[in-house]
Amino acid sequence: MSDSKRVITRRQVIRTGMAGILATGVAPLVLSRNSWAQDKNFCNNPDSKSSVTLGFNMPLTGAYADEGADEQRAFELAVEHLNGGGDGGMIPTFSSKTLKGNGILGKKVAFVTGDTQTKADAARDSARRMIERDGAVMISGGSSSGVAIAVQGLCQEMGVLFMAALTHSNDTTGKDKKRYGFRHFFNAYQSGIAIAPTLAKAYGKDRVAYHLTADYTWGWTQEESMKNATEALGWKTLTPVRTPVGAGDFSQYITPVLSSGADVLILNHYGFDMVNSLTQAVQFGLRDKQVNGKQFEIVVPLVSDLMAKGAGAAMKGIYGTSNWDWQLQDAGSQAFTKSFGAKYGQPPSQAAHTSYVQTLLYADACERAGTFYPPEVIKSLEDYDFDGLGNGPTTYRGSDHQCFKDVLVVQGKESPANPFDLLEVVDTASKDSVTYDPAIFGGELGPYEPNKCT
Amino acid sequence: MDILVLPRKDLIVFICFAVVVLAMPIWLTPFGAAYPGLMQKFVIFALFAVGYNILFGLTGYLSFGHAAFLGVGSYTAVWSFKLLTMDVLPALVLAVVLSGIFSLAIGYVSLRRSGIYFSILTLAFAQMCYNLAYSVLTPITNGETSLQLSRLDARVVDAAFGVVRGERLPSPSLFGVELGGHAGFYLCAVVLLVAFFVAQKVFNSPFGMMLKAIKSNQTRMSYTGFNTRPYALAAFVISGMYAGLAGGLLAVTDPLAGAERMQWTASGEVVLMTILGGVGTLIGPVIGAWLIKYLENIFSAFNDAMLHRTFSFLPDGLQDGVVAVASKFVGEGWHLTLGLVFMLVVIFLPGGIMEGARRIRMAFGQRSGSAPQTKPDPVPAE
Repeated sequence: MSDSKRVITRRQVIRTGMAGILATGVAPLVLSRNSWAQDKNFCNNPDSKSSVTLGFNMPLTGAYADEGADEQRAFELAVEHLNGGGDGGMIPTFSSKTLKGNGILGKKVAFVTGDTQTKADAARDSARRMIERDGAVMISGGSSSGVAIAVQGLCQEMGVLFMAALTHSNDTTGKDKKRYGFRHFFNAYQSGIAIAPTLAKAYGKDRVAYHLTADYTWGWTQEESMKNATEALGWKTLTPVRTPVGAGDFSQYITPVLSSGADVLILNHYGFDMVNSLTQAVQFGLRDKQVNGKQFEIVVPLVSDLMAKGAGAAMKGIYGTSNWDWQLQDAGSQAFTKSFGAKYGQPPSQAAHTSYVQTLLYADACERAGTFYPPEVIKSLEDYDFDGLGNGPTTYRGSDHQCFKDVLVVQGKESPANPFDLLEVVDTASKDSVTYDPAIFGGELGPYEPNKCT
Repeated sequence: MDILVLPRKDLIVFICFAVVVLAMPIWLTPFGAAYPGLMQKFVIFALFAVGYNILFGLTGYLSFGHAAFLGVGSYTAVWSFKLLTMDVLPALVLAVVLSGIFSLAIGYVSLRRSGIYFSILTLAFAQMCYNLAYSVLTPITNGETSLQLSRLDARVVDAAFGVVRGERLPSPSLFGVELGGHAGFYLCAVVLLVAFFVAQKVFNSPFGMMLKAIKSNQTRMSYTGFNTRPYALAAFVISGMYAGLAGGLLAVTDPLAGAERMQWTASGEVVLMTILGGVGTLIGPVIGAWLIKYLENIFSAFNDAMLHRTFSFLPDGLQDGVVAVASKFVGEGWHLTLGLVFMLVVIFLPGGIMEGARRIRMAFGQRSGSAPQTKPDPVPAE
């Protein structure tokens, strides 16, 4: 090899290589720097453009795909309403009157979508595409708290607002809270407080609970919150069992429940996982058993219409909590349900509701701030009181970016009047009763000043 | 300095490759892929596939567990950011070393078998690693939630050098230069070029020749008195270290490590990349990696509105029909497209995309005198 005449020396390799790197490497750097040129120093400033792009990042595949599909419908509806299309949905009922149906700050609203696959990696890839390539000024979406926390961290780094949609873990606005992340949805801690009185009334104060928990941040915090809330009632808790997300078959986890001595099964599952585990638990005859001289019961702390639909008859009589229900009678809920139903032929789920509301809240915050500059938008959202978006009077708390509003306690209906009439609101926990001290979860929000777009 | 010398043909390949990689921000623009996030992925997964090909392409050992090493690399790098320093050099070195140790252990056991048994063993080990990361070792890996940096992490080396803890999360840096966006891409690109060069050297070396001999007939090798296992193990460890380096770079460009990076689908992905591009060729796996990452990131983002815009030149009724059909292949249906492409390639171009390229060259009669890079799989003699 080395005695061939065509050998090129190391020096030549280095020389040609350096020339190549200089020629090809530096040129695009110089060129692309200009493409990020900005008047104001923040990411994807839309001031020079006629439209503003929002990025919607949802699970379109995987265990939470149903919720993701419904979120996408809601986002599209919100964009339509912001641009003046349709009947305006909740814009007329919203207490803030800044939205005029002419986009945001006079700019037409465009949107891009992405599939999170319910995986942190894929979700961050997708969010980066929307921020770096498509120029999104706001990212919304969720359906898995693990994903929401991962994307929220990315958005903080990129200096782009993250309006979390469906994420229920305490950590999202607790120990992993971020200055650029906002959550309208309620959390596991509030579920625990809200459902405890109903459980005490229905099932008594002397119960032994068995937890099956989705093995990630949401499951952990919901298990903890439920454990605290039910132990305060006097219930005992057995060692919880963690199950992988998207397990599909839960029979191996359900069989041991019968011999454990527990008389209540708490399913900290969501999406298809909850549909599967609940259906299997009922098929295994858990609800027909008598344990410790009491009827065996199942509790699903977080339920939605979509899951109730999936679980069918198994859902009857099961207690849980919800952020919102389409059968609420206030003007906002009615208006939203009407325009959603007119467009898609079905009532919206709570996932759709929170997605829609978050988009409107972002638009309104920009209008009130008079700019897209994130620190100003953040300040106009912090400690903001509003009404008319379906949950009654609501506060966006500034110290952890969590929304405080009433929490619904729901029960699966015994005899549904129609295919969508699946859950019944049996109790409402007031906003004051579910308000807590932000210090109990720790975490810190971080700075207002945006990082430069890289 | 023979070690830095390449034969002329390989040197041309290397220079062309370098130009293509470094010019990515230019030539990817028309494809809508010229943003840092995706270009980083392109380069990193190319690195992963090049390393994987050293094992699979040269020795023929089909490992179904390489994602485990990718994950080990990522976790190591993030922990290095958390505990030691935000500088990327220690992170990458530790990622390579630790994944090397892991691959040594797994390879030592798995290589006692060959063929399908080897594949199943590696798959089993990788799945074990995944489950450990997912639910057993959650204090180290943070399970499904993924391991992330925190502003209050120890970072003892940084602290010893008097780096003041800022108000925001620090980002990975190389000698003080922050590595977001394009800077991160160029770092990965340079690492890929170095790794590609090393792979070229391996392919040309007597060691590489031994590996090819293992692929063509291992039994005969043993009869001629060679102990093949150390060679195969060395190839396994090298490719495991490549995977660890790729995992480390993933953490450098985006400081987060999740368990799903180690799942068997991720292991399968690199096999697909290699087969799609061309097993045993140097460039093939790189092209395969780019194709799959492109489909995954760009095709999956198409939605109906975009399709309607694309097909807006068609009459209304026809447009709806075309969009209805096309929408099955984009968005969440991108796997379907990937599956079709894979089937077409395997059926019509068993040597991967590189074989397609070679056939086109042959058709134009440009026999450059050099032997084609892809040789058909050797038929066992006798």
